[in-house]
Amino acid sequence: MTIEERVKKVVEDQLSVNQDQIIPEASFIDDLGADSLDTVELVMALEEEFGVEIPDDEAEKITKVGAAIEYIKAHVTE
Amino acid sequence: MIDLKEKTAVVTGAGQGIGRDIVLALGRRGADVAVIDVNLETAEETVSLLEKSGSKGLALRCDIADYSKVQDCVKEILGWREQIHFLINNAGITRDNLLLRMGEDEWKKVIDINLTGTFNMTKVVSKHMFKKRFGRIVSIASVIGQMGNAGQSNYAASKAGIIGFSKSVAKEFAPRNVTVNAIAPGFIETAMTSVLPEEVQEGMRRMIPLGKFGTGEDVANIVLFLVSELGSYVTGQVINCDGGMVMS
Repeated sequence: MTIEERVKKVVEDQLSVNQDQIIPEASFIDDLGADSLDTVELVMALEEEFGVEIPDDEAEKITKVGAAIEYIKAHVTE
Repeated sequence: MIDLKEKTAVVTGAGQGIGRDIVLALGRRGADVAVIDVNLETAEETVSLLEKSGSKGLALRCDIADYSKVQDCVKEILGWREQIHFLINNAGITRDNLLLRMGEDEWKKVIDINLTGTFNMTKVVSKHMFKKRFGRIVSIASVIGQMGNAGQSNYAASKAGIIGFSKSVAKEFAPRNVTVNAIAPGFIETAMTSVLPEEVQEGMRRMIPLGKFGTGEDVANIVLFLVSELGSYVTGQVINCDGGMVMS
């Protein structure tokens, strides 16, 4: 699986949404029905999946699927 | 009736006093306990007492006012046990002085350990509780945080802070089945209170409707209630364990 696919899979599992809703422009809160607690947990799940620590100030910027993919791509080697 | 087998607890300030009594009470009900204290020797003593009841213990030295040390400490606990079920924020100190004589260092030291220490432990441990969708957090506040006490403005502020902190976090964590409560002890017979002159102790006794000091065990009993099935529907509360003092 590519990084993009893995990120999407984490989002799918965490937020219980359909694959086709998980597009880069989708906002976790506005489009995927997450609440603020869900977004915190999503970041924790990404940290676990990719073995990285995402600092709080970076985590705050990850509000859309695309931002999550970009962050992971920048900090993890495939 | 209360069975805590297969459960792991973390107790801070557990080398003596109320903290040690909490560890031993949890151990008698079957829980394994990570015993944290700033003094490793006393933590180890608590563990050897705990292990007499058949439960397992892990003694750890940690300055809970230091966030990165708390992270390391919790990492070590999670290497020992896969899940942390209960967190008991008990560590606390006093640096009593009238406000006009209180140095900034006396203020800061008490806030750093009592309040920031509670924040640090709760933040780091709750992350793991979230993932497991289970957690019981109990912080030891004080009746002084509700009533105030001359000469203890720093201590009272830190303990009142713990109450507000617990209630806020209880609201945040409730959707993930993590309960957060505080216990407000009154005068408990410990090393912290035994140093007070006899006439001061007598004066205190008169403020207590039940007419006597409490014991660490009295506090530990409420901890047992809150972490067990019996207390599972209780969150965001402050339970006084003070012989009725808060009423007077």
